Amino acid sequence: MPYPLRHLLAIEGLEPPYIAELLDLADHYALQNRRGTTQRDLLKGRTLINLFFEDSTRTRTSFELAGKRLGADIVNMSVSTSSVNKGETLLDTAATLNAMRTDLLVVRHGQSGAPALLAQKVDAAVINAGDGTHEHPTQALLDALTIRRRKGRLEGLTVAICGDVLHSRVARSNIHLLLTMNARVRIVGPPTLIPAEAVRLGVEVHHDMRSGLEGADVVMMLRLQKERMTGGLVPSAREFFRFYGLDATKLAHAKPDAIVMHPGPMNRGVEIDSAVADDPARSVIGEQVEMGVAVRMAVLDLLSRNLLRNA
Amino acid sequence: MAATLIVNARLLDPATGLDMPGALLVRDGVILDHGGNLGTPDGAEVVDAGGACLAPGLVDMRAALGEPGAEHRETIASAAQAAAAGGITTLCALPDTDPPLDDAALIQFVIRRGEATGCLTILPYAAATAGCAGKEIAEFGLLKEAGAVAFTDGRHAIGNARTMRLALSYARAFGSFVVQHPEEPSLAAGGAATEGERATRMGLPGIPVAAEAMLVARDIELAKITGGHVHFAHVSTAAALAHIRAARVLGLRVTCDTAPPYFDLNETAIGEYRTYAKLSPPLRSDEDRLAVVAALKDGTVDAIASDHQPRDADDKRLPFAQAEAGGAGLATLLAVTLARVHGGDLTLLQALDLLTARPAKLLSIEAGTLRKGRPADLVLFHPERGWRVEAGKLPGKAQNTPFDGRALEGKVLGTWKAGKRVFG
Repeated sequence: MPYPLRHLLAIEGLEPPYIAELLDLADHYALQNRRGTTQRDLLKGRTLINLFFEDSTRTRTSFELAGKRLGADIVNMSVSTSSVNKGETLLDTAATLNAMRTDLLVVRHGQSGAPALLAQKVDAAVINAGDGTHEHPTQALLDALTIRRRKGRLEGLTVAICGDVLHSRVARSNIHLLLTMNARVRIVGPPTLIPAEAVRLGVEVHHDMRSGLEGADVVMMLRLQKERMTGGLVPSAREFFRFYGLDATKLAHAKPDAIVMHPGPMNRGVEIDSAVADDPARSVIGEQVEMGVAVRMAVLDLLSRNLLRNA
Repeated sequence: MAATLIVNARLLDPATGLDMPGALLVRDGVILDHGGNLGTPDGAEVVDAGGACLAPGLVDMRAALGEPGAEHRETIASAAQAAAAGGITTLCALPDTDPPLDDAALIQFVIRRGEATGCLTILPYAAATAGCAGKEIAEFGLLKEAGAVAFTDGRHAIGNARTMRLALSYARAFGSFVVQHPEEPSLAAGGAATEGERATRMGLPGIPVAAEAMLVARDIELAKITGGHVHFAHVSTAAALAHIRAARVLGLRVTCDTAPPYFDLNETAIGEYRTYAKLSPPLRSDEDRLAVVAALKDGTVDAIASDHQPRDADDKRLPFAQAEAGGAGLATLLAVTLARVHGGDLTLLQALDLLTARPAKLLSIEAGTLRKGRPADLVLFHPERGWRVEAGKLPGKAQNTPFDGRALEGKVLGTWKAGKRVFG
């Protein structure tokens, strides 16, 4: 490794050896998890805080499980119970957590860049568990691991990321990771949900699912938030489903063995049809959740090797 | 269906540049052949054009119909009658009806009503925003599938910049465009005439010329950031045309049409508070009228549309500022345009191009040409025969013509829709 990894704040800028190392390590944990042979004392004596300023069930649970399997002491702090509601600033929170001698800090925040700001102020290793519309690095890693296990590689694959790309941190992290690992990335959605100058990221932009999915190895659907409709970016759920919802007809344009992914939670009948989401031959949505725990174990493992504080 | 042979005509097809004496053969509703010398097939009906001009049926890309919701002003049947008399065979209907055309079922309803007339293809615009209220974009995809030709809020300007941005952006997904009524609504509110000396003398609330230029300039910027296609309806000022020319130089997808009042009349037509000449946008100064003529000549304007707005006596017999804006325009579309030919500003082919091939191309439709194999939508007209416009004696229901009393040269002698004679 060219340098020790202190935090995991973003995929952008992460060089290929780190991604490969994390995926290999996660693969190893995935195997251990299936066998039930996890080494339970790797993070013994370490404190992991899940600091969630936004509601999340699956990501928080996934990190909690990952930390527990490695033997860490875990505290969950969510915004409804924290002093942030009492007016404490983000940096005050950081100082408090520092005084508590936190080793690993998992942060989800509604503002892009909030975990990076915390990382400047705490001794703990900071793991971005989703910040605003910026990045969600562990989601991209678990998606990549799922793809790699199904397809045997990332390089040369064509991945279509579909739906509300504009507001998606999952899309951004996936775009960076997949391009770094030499996959081809297409983003597909109505022009109102495609970010400005998206082609400058190195992706192909499509507004038609048929051309966007043509010959794709992987179809990655994104969640369409209800607010997007009330915000006028999409006229209605029925129109969105008709033109951008993944159903068997649209999926037929992808390769016959293309896999279907979704970061969850799904809006059935909006961005994805149940028949596709529940098709065991195509959908790997359940496997994504399983890989999530393994990837988070790998991230905790790798970052704990470079902690400032001795255990 | 029997064949029809129209002989002794001056064939004019701006799409191909055709301008020659000859005959045209129609069979089964389709143009089978045309040329200098065609044989008469057995059983064909022969029509002697007497040397008159035979051109593609006109494509009117902007007209309001009373249906649904204002049948007392105009029905689709009465509009079709006026259109046939005016040589119009394809018409794009505005969606700001009651209810507004913002649902796929309503689009299909209007298309079917057009088909039922047997003489006019109606291509409805769908509302650009739900209820033409200017707030949230409509279901462009579903509406386009139902047959909507493009998207607009009709007489209502989309005043909110974010909404217009989203509409331009979203329309790209379906290869469509947004038609804007280019008038800054907060500046135009309450106005009855173009702001200036005349409005001041008449004591009428004014609408500044800048209201048009401003919205055109704004939407050009929005076309720039979205890559969308914006079309400006009834452009009427030099300032707006200058913005449109500049946008074209930059390669932006910006198009526009104008309507006959804006190159044939100026603000003096409102005379002694003549409410039939109260239009939206209002009639302009003669400098602006001349700028519109120049823009027709140099190609800046893509199409001439009637901007037909049917109004009844109750709408118009009111003090000027309280009267409804809008003029009837179907029956006068061709003749007022020909006035620019007689005035030496346009060639006959140029004028017809603006009424047929260019709007058809903009709308991506098959109409507007005499090419073999195309539907036999035709207009036969005498370019010099004179007549006088008389409100009360126009074909169709709407009589609110701003050209009342105007002497015109150019008379429609016959109109064919898909090979069937529907007028003359």
